[in-house]
Amino acid sequence: MFQILSIKGTVNFLRHAVPISILSLILVLGSLASLATKGINWGLDFTGGTVVELEFSKPVNLEVLRAELSSDEMQGVVVQNFGSSRDILIRLPVKADIKSDTQVGYVMEAGNKLDPQVIQKRVEMVGPQIGKELAEQGGLAVLVALICILIYVSFRFEWRLAMGSVVALAHDVIITLGVFSVLQLDFDLTVLAGVLTVVGYSLNDTIVVFDRIRENFLKMRKGGPEEVVNTSITQTMSRTIITTATTLVVVIALFLKGGTMIHGFATALLMGIFVGTFSSIYVASFLAIKLGINREHMLPVEIEKEGADQDPLMP
Amino acid sequence: MLNKYPMWKNVMVICIIAVGFFYAIPNLYSEDYAVQVVGTRGAEVTVATQSAVNDVLTSKNITVKRSELENGQLLVRVMDGDQQLLAKEAIADALGDKYTVALNLAPATPEWLEAMGGSPMKLGLDLRGGVHFLMEVKMGEAVRKMVESKMADFRTDLRGERIRYAGIRESAKGIEIKFRDADNLAKAERFLKSRGNDMVFTDSSSDGNYYLIANLSETYLKQVKEEALQQNITTIRNRVNELGVAEPVVQRQGAERIIVELPGVQDTARAKEILGATASIEFHMVDEKADAAAIASGRISANAKIYDRRQGGQVALYKEVMLSGTHIQGAQPSFDEYSRPQVSINLDSKGGSIFSNVTKDNIGKPMATLFIEYKDNGAKNPDGSIKLERIEEVISVATIQARLGRNFVITGLDHSEAQNLALLLRAGALIAPVVIVEERTIGPSLGAQNIQNGMEAMIWGMAVVLIFMLVYYRAFGLIANLALTANLVMVVGVMSMIPGAVLTLPGIAGMVLTVGMAVDGNVLIYERIREELRNGRSVQQAIHEGYGNAFSTIADANITTFMTALILFAVGTGAVKGFAVTLMIGIATSMFTAIVGTRAIVNAVWGGKRVKKLSI
Repeated sequence: MFQILSIKGTVNFLRHAVPISILSLILVLGSLASLATKGINWGLDFTGGTVVELEFSKPVNLEVLRAELSSDEMQGVVVQNFGSSRDILIRLPVKADIKSDTQVGYVMEAGNKLDPQVIQKRVEMVGPQIGKELAEQGGLAVLVALICILIYVSFRFEWRLAMGSVVALAHDVIITLGVFSVLQLDFDLTVLAGVLTVVGYSLNDTIVVFDRIRENFLKMRKGGPEEVVNTSITQTMSRTIITTATTLVVVIALFLKGGTMIHGFATALLMGIFVGTFSSIYVASFLAIKLGINREHMLPVEIEKEGADQDPLMP
Repeated sequence: MLNKYPMWKNVMVICIIAVGFFYAIPNLYSEDYAVQVVGTRGAEVTVATQSAVNDVLTSKNITVKRSELENGQLLVRVMDGDQQLLAKEAIADALGDKYTVALNLAPATPEWLEAMGGSPMKLGLDLRGGVHFLMEVKMGEAVRKMVESKMADFRTDLRGERIRYAGIRESAKGIEIKFRDADNLAKAERFLKSRGNDMVFTDSSSDGNYYLIANLSETYLKQVKEEALQQNITTIRNRVNELGVAEPVVQRQGAERIIVELPGVQDTARAKEILGATASIEFHMVDEKADAAAIASGRISANAKIYDRRQGGQVALYKEVMLSGTHIQGAQPSFDEYSRPQVSINLDSKGGSIFSNVTKDNIGKPMATLFIEYKDNGAKNPDGSIKLERIEEVISVATIQARLGRNFVITGLDHSEAQNLALLLRAGALIAPVVIVEERTIGPSLGAQNIQNGMEAMIWGMAVVLIFMLVYYRAFGLIANLALTANLVMVVGVMSMIPGAVLTLPGIAGMVLTVGMAVDGNVLIYERIREELRNGRSVQQAIHEGYGNAFSTIADANITTFMTALILFAVGTGAVKGFAVTLMIGIATSMFTAIVGTRAIVNAVWGGKRVKKLSI
């Protein structure tokens, strides 16, 4: 059999844990700083407003189109290419005194002036109220997901491991959001779906490692928690690499071939897979060790049978 | 001997996979051009209609591929797009305006497959093109209407019981009933409280002033809102049918929102006009005591209110609604003997009996038709939501000549008004106005492009993964690839089986992602087998341990992913929900194929034999 990794013995992953944790911390703090200062470039789903996607028969000069749209009614309009130089995405903010239909009417008028063969591919209008509710629900969803996971992992494994996995997940979510904030990428509903998928994916990775840790605690009679963790990570390493690789391949395929409408989703996943793989090794396990996980925590609870300490009635 | 599946387990695996494959088959067929016929205005599509339609088409030399009558809807499949247009015109001419005839595309699933419940996956609007509306019901109006009708009830009931009151009006605290003395207040309170618990009464008298405040009770308020939503859904469904759209979706979302999806529709302006228009009529008696001078000075009875007349001038009407638009069953524009436009109305039986009683008691008195409309004039409430303007106009005042039954006419409109009013009345009045809070239009070309993009991503991703697995795990890789392919087909099969599941663009992304993540189960198992082999276990034992040890890991990992998908499903809307559904189905099927499916093959090939070396 041929192998990608042929590891002899155990690799001491945790030797690098401290510098890597510091790097993690810097990334998280950097992301938080960017979220606090630059914020997230909320997409239409969350801010409300109108988006019009137009397809022109020939490439369009954005400046000319912008000039066409620079009337009072169109203040705050965003004009950008969407996939190709012929596809244009126009974002219109919510205006109190002007209806979205009228706004779309102006856009079509301007588009027709530049190219009579322009096609209206998509129009989306979201009320500001809906957007606000979605943002609240979205944030709540991520929180609820984390809490559910905390409960499940505590129940199936142990609270220290649960804490480790949830902190690792929060780490992944924050860094993914941070990347969106730093690059000011559009954050819409599909990106939120991507972030939640990252939570699921990264947890997948963490659980695989934890499962091994639990098994090894029971199996390996010698060696401290660090050694058990190192062994477990080493044993699951080739699986981690292979699964990460196959998932990455399909996500890259989505990113390149899936079209512009799911670009945000693919980007979030792409980020998340990198960060998630790395955090399940370093953040989750390392934190569990720092929280003092050891063999006793993994032993099955012995159930005291009633009457076990008494003499049998019948010899 | 290790690694043998009992017969029943093998049979089960084969059966489940076969069912998945079977229900995926309908997706291989394309679509037929079809014409859809729905009865409106009280007309119903019956077997007679069906044979009439068939006769018409035969006489026009149009070949009918298949003609199905289901749920009061007739679907006639024809050969191609040209014939479809011809057929539509021919049918519309033959049936007249009591039926809505629309173009449609019907899945070309063979009849035998359809008989066994097979149908292709439903495509979301982002893949098919069309309009999506999210509408919000303005509950304030529904409640206001209810308060008004309660006030009218109090007046008649208290008068009927000979309890004297000084006045009834609406205040910030609720309905305020004023009395001259404590005695009448106590009597009224006792009487009103004995009449059910729709209302909560509080005595808020203060020295010398005797007040009873009435408010809708919490449960009743909830019921009023629920009924308003349900009624609006029914009404909107009727209106959508008037539009003649194939496979529309009208469903509630939450406590006060309604989702409407119209596949294939591109003319949003007309769709919006019909769906959002909230016109309704009410019949009121005219307050004859209020003469022109009284109206001009505004000094009219507390039971009456001044309204503008469409023809100009004003008139005072009693507040009590004699009959509301909800009882209207049918309405047709027509002309009277002087060729003036009018709308003939017929009522349901309840409306008929109410109307008959009202008109019997009021022969010789004038009755007015009040036209009520809510319009979005661009104004907003402080919280950013849309504020609707209520427009009320008296469109006609007529003297009741005789007792009227279920059929009568409204006059005093111009031609197009008569047309519009008839259409709106026919489709039912909205009990509370609705506003469109979200609107998405996807062009059909974009939909087709989205499908193509998704498929391309799927093919590329899948190809790389399959090749990698084959090279890396050889024979076992081949088994994993079989499982992966079966998994994909099963996801399609299950999606087609579940009635509510819709494939969206993120849904395709979910399928692609499933391809990448589904191998995880196999990778976990195979890596474990390799490990056990390295540790010097025998082949059979390694397989046994590999599957056994990996199981709990796979289960734990998948359950947690499933949990996040479930949360996504709960909060997401539209396309995101579609993603969550495919992800959940993908997790379930991939667990089955990766653990049970591959095991069956592995057992069949290597199990129970003396094997020296595994091709892994």
